[in-house]
Amino acid sequence: MSSVNELYQQLILDHNKNPRNCRHMDHPTKVAEGYNPLCGDHFTVFLEMDGDTIKDVSFEGAGCAISKASASMMTTAVKGVRKEEAEELFRKFHTLVTRGMSAAVEDDIEELGCLGALAGVAEFPARIKCASLAWHALHGALTAKDSKVVTTEE
Amino acid sequence: MAIVPGFDVSALRNDFPILHERVHGKPLVYLDNAATTQKPQSVIDALTRYYRTQNANIHRGVHSLSEMATYEYEKARGKMKLFLNAADTREIIFVRGTTEGINLVKDTFGRKFIGTGDEIVISAMEHHSNIVPWQLLCEEKGCKLKVVPINDRGELNFEAFTSLVSERTKLVSMVYVSNSLGTINPVKRVIEFSHARGVPVLIDGAQAVSHLPVDVRDLDCDFFVLSGHKLFGPTGIGVLYGKMDLLEKMPPYQAGGDMIRSVTFERTTFNELPYKFEAGTPNIAGVIGLGAALDYVQSVGLAAIGEHETGLLRYATTRVGSMKGVRIIGTAAEKASVVSFVLDTVHAHDVGTILDQEGVAIRTGHHCTQPVMARFGVPATARASFAFYNTLSEIDTLVEGIKKVQEVFQV
Repeated sequence: MSSVNELYQQLILDHNKNPRNCRHMDHPTKVAEGYNPLCGDHFTVFLEMDGDTIKDVSFEGAGCAISKASASMMTTAVKGVRKEEAEELFRKFHTLVTRGMSAAVEDDIEELGCLGALAGVAEFPARIKCASLAWHALHGALTAKDSKVVTTEE
Repeated sequence: MAIVPGFDVSALRNDFPILHERVHGKPLVYLDNAATTQKPQSVIDALTRYYRTQNANIHRGVHSLSEMATYEYEKARGKMKLFLNAADTREIIFVRGTTEGINLVKDTFGRKFIGTGDEIVISAMEHHSNIVPWQLLCEEKGCKLKVVPINDRGELNFEAFTSLVSERTKLVSMVYVSNSLGTINPVKRVIEFSHARGVPVLIDGAQAVSHLPVDVRDLDCDFFVLSGHKLFGPTGIGVLYGKMDLLEKMPPYQAGGDMIRSVTFERTTFNELPYKFEAGTPNIAGVIGLGAALDYVQSVGLAAIGEHETGLLRYATTRVGSMKGVRIIGTAAEKASVVSFVLDTVHAHDVGTILDQEGVAIRTGHHCTQPVMARFGVPATARASFAFYNTLSEIDTLVEGIKKVQEVFQV
């Protein structure tokens, strides 16, 4: 498989075309924006928390296929999980997209599940920020003291 | 097939070593000339020669090397004077690039002559570098920014421009050729109209100078800024042209060596033009390289360049524009060789990544013109921008690349 087809896998194209949890949330517990000033990609991540657990998560915004698919896949991965688990998943995901499948630990790959489809991004350094944009927003929302909007630039 | 009889593109391409590079195993198709142009061997040689045989600080030493470096540096200023048809070499100020040129005018002319309640007129197609400096000045001085709208083809609304210029207008600052749309603005009319009302005009010529001949005296602009690296010269060097009487009235920009006549702790007097605006050791190699670039461009000839590029633009517009699911953004009647486009269902970054795999280098994103993107309701565009060394077959490769994008995205 060529690296382009490796990057734009069917799963990614599907999430890009039919993003999951892509909707505005009227009364979120926390909100954060992810913005890449270099390219203009812009997402808002909404969280409904039940204590430390992410009860519901959604996003809206505009960006490329990689950033949109990544945001969509992220919402499916973190819905229903606890804050620390989501942060840990981000850490593992970040390793995957920056260093590729070979650098990720086998257990992590299993845990990452469908997120593993984004491993191809590691071959495209310019696109790593696209893949991690929504995750930075999620991190911003999880760590925000209140529902203030924070901007991440990575 | 030559677009212009006698314009031997393949011979010219041989002057540019980088054009023979391969990217991802494919021949490089460089279509990002609005971002920066490639450098001919003669420019690379000038830089090497300077560092190998002429390197010394200028305007200081009595030793031979310093004299030689000074001579080469000032010779390049003379070449730039001729290139722009300025009246005097003292009107040519070397700066880092267009951005610094505009900031210099903002910090000196702007701070001295623009105050509370005054207005600055720009267009809706400006690069951020001709928006943000004025916003900062407005914040500092309490002046206002007025923006001339553009139509759906990306052309300046001249009527709106005339209604925005008033007795409060202290400066019109406008782009000659839009970097994201390719529009060539009617700057001569803009200048004529402004001057009739006593308003000076700055022209951002960054995208103009590699495509069309510029004559600052014919245009009668008060300031003209350009970047060397968009004119086949090195990065980090550019020019601010200003009319002598205006430059004389402006306070210094940065303070330091070379810009002074005498310094005591009580009083400093400033050097004459152009040195008043060139504090510190300048980018000597960059200036010399830029001089070599001017020699090169003039040997090719801007008239022939213009004709060849018109052929490229026409061909690219027809081929890209007729593709299903592709829309060209920026369709002005007067256009330079820039084709900005969007795909119905594919984001520009994905287009850029896939084209890169085919060896095709284009720019994707907002091109530092976010207001233009907002005007056309797109987050980003893919932009192919041509130089005289581009060929029709490279445009064919671009079109094949776009087809590949559609194939990957199954549209």
